[in-house]
Amino acid sequence: MIHALDEAAERLGLYIGQPLANARAMCPDLKVFDADVAADAKTLSDIADWCDRFTPLVALDVPHGLFLDITGCAHLFGGEAALLRTLVRALDRQGFAVSAAIAGTSVCARTLTRQATGTIVADGGEAAAIDQFPVSALGAGEAITTGLRRAGLKTIGDVASRSSHEITARFGARFSTLLAHALGQGDAPINPRKPLPDYIVEKRFAEPIATDTMIAMTLSRLADTLIASMEKQGKGARRLEAAFFRTDGVVRAITVETGRPVTRSAVIDRLFRERLDALADPLDPGFGFDMVRLSASRTEIVVQEQRDLDAHVHDNDEIAALIDRIAARIGGKRVVVHLPQDTHIPERAVWSAPAQHHLAAAMQAEWPVRTESEPPLRPLRLFDKPEPIKVPFATVPDGPPHQFTWRRALHAVVRVEGPERIAMEWWQQDGKQLTRDYFRIEDAEGLRFWIFRDGLYEGETFDGEGKPVSPNWYVHGLFA
Amino acid sequence: MSGARISALATLRSQIERIETAEVVHQHDRVALGHSEADTALKGGLARAAIHEVFCEGRQGAAATGFVMGLAGRVSARRPLLWVRQDFSEIETGALSMSGLSELGLDPRRVVMVRAADVESALRTSADALACDALGAVVLELWGETRQFDLVASRKLTLAAQSSGVTGLMLRMAAQPLPSTAETRWMLRAAHSPPGSAWSAWGAPRFDAELLRNRHGPCGRWIMEWNCDECQFSEPSTYPQPVAAAPAHRQDSAVFRQRRAG
Repeated sequence: MIHALDEAAERLGLYIGQPLANARAMCPDLKVFDADVAADAKTLSDIADWCDRFTPLVALDVPHGLFLDITGCAHLFGGEAALLRTLVRALDRQGFAVSAAIAGTSVCARTLTRQATGTIVADGGEAAAIDQFPVSALGAGEAITTGLRRAGLKTIGDVASRSSHEITARFGARFSTLLAHALGQGDAPINPRKPLPDYIVEKRFAEPIATDTMIAMTLSRLADTLIASMEKQGKGARRLEAAFFRTDGVVRAITVETGRPVTRSAVIDRLFRERLDALADPLDPGFGFDMVRLSASRTEIVVQEQRDLDAHVHDNDEIAALIDRIAARIGGKRVVVHLPQDTHIPERAVWSAPAQHHLAAAMQAEWPVRTESEPPLRPLRLFDKPEPIKVPFATVPDGPPHQFTWRRALHAVVRVEGPERIAMEWWQQDGKQLTRDYFRIEDAEGLRFWIFRDGLYEGETFDGEGKPVSPNWYVHGLFA
Repeated sequence: MSGARISALATLRSQIERIETAEVVHQHDRVALGHSEADTALKGGLARAAIHEVFCEGRQGAAATGFVMGLAGRVSARRPLLWVRQDFSEIETGALSMSGLSELGLDPRRVVMVRAADVESALRTSADALACDALGAVVLELWGETRQFDLVASRKLTLAAQSSGVTGLMLRMAAQPLPSTAETRWMLRAAHSPPGSAWSAWGAPRFDAELLRNRHGPCGRWIMEWNCDECQFSEPSTYPQPVAAAPAHRQDSAVFRQRRAG
């Protein structure tokens, strides 16, 4: 089956969807390559990235199309015609076959690209522009196109001349909406790949820039502009994205997030410097960047806090800024604060939450109060997964072991406290979980362990034949 | 060694001494640990705005963690604590548990944890954090020997700590002490609970802490107990067991000089 073909093949009369054997019969020395749908999609998305330089609203029209909403953008490129020319020429030069058109509605523009590339249709001229085109240009699907042709409706103008309830009754409401959109009666919004950022500033260069100092300087200037425009509306940035457009069409976007709205350009500057320093695959300027864009994709209203009376506010600001810097360098998930959880199961008692978003909550969290004059009941270091230990025997079936082997070292038990029985949350789990008996143990060396027996003795653990077997032992934590 | 050489050395030594004392003039801010002998040796307590190292063997990791946590609790004075650790140490000795922390009488709300993937990023993060004067203390937890934590790195951390006033605590598990610019260096082991009533007694955390190096005082070795209620160290309540310790009042001069030079 032929998935796609080039111009020369088309001239020979081959068509998409033709079985490969037929095509080979028509043209024995046909060059065939396997279709790679994933790579096609990737290329389309790369082109869409590149198209970000014309407008922030770029939508994918799979498998081969892109919609660009250029409302209010065209004048920046010298008008619609110039924009279209620039875009087509640039893509052409990169080796893509491109057909493009501008129209008041996305469906109309798409119809035009299939038949009359390079057309620009003024508002209100949609119906006149497309009524001579065959119905297949609408892209309504094989069944509908064939049905229309059988009904004798060859061109879009023919279809448009019928009343819309006839069309709806015969071909469905979706097709009649599509037709209405194509004719410029109403418009469906496109579905942009990225949400529109709240604020965008960008800088284009006649001469591409490549040095680190120039990049840093550009970023800090852009940050100044961005902050100035956000300040007017009392906003601060929570998430910032810097996009670097390379001359050869590659676009690299770098994002930093902050825990609090940023209102100072020096902070933005520093965050990006940290992030750029720590990139595993550094920014590769190639032949240089011809455009740098800085956008604030999430913003918040800045609340001015009273500073003089409460020194802690200032301290917290500084710590939030430090956390932002570290997070920019090593990733937001690697800086955590801790929130207590309402459960008895030790490994779930604490939730490690990203510090950028939960710092304030963590500072006010209510932790269980410890009992006065009691030694610690919970270990200071807890294993993520309890580690199995070998226990030769226990004097009392239900009692603690006399000695155990952990990580190939034998520990003789000198002191024991326990058991502390922790039952699992049967209402949360589907599978059966065993009751644990925890013991606090001190060995001959003074090391202190938190070990448990997984399952009641001769009560919960059975072998394949239903006979009770002795439960397993684990070390779950280490006390100081 | 010729006379000229010796005098040159002496000049250099005096110069270094001058530089170092100039730096530490403002370092009078000390926090008493609560253990009287240790506090005497430390001239009143653990110095703030400096780097302190705590070493231990691999299996003593939890005890050393407790000791460092105690030191951090003493010096940070209700300010936030940044704990930087390497991914690998969590596999070896387990994650720092906040429930355990609050059982020691310390406040888990003030702990911000940084999970650094490797030593480089851990060191960089700690240097950055030590420059932030809103923090109470920065703990850097590293497992095993590391090439990256050399004299230069140690000096960087010390300078950062001195300029901001934040105390840096290095928890070095399964590592051997190397020359560094630390103010004090400790070797930690877990200590036994007091004997008697075997199979039942279980007391407060006890540490066998050996002060290997002290830039401004003698070294020593003590059994220190962490008092979870008062949040400070104390002398062991009842400790009849003999301890093989170097007496605090009579320092081993040979060892001492060697350490000073290192």
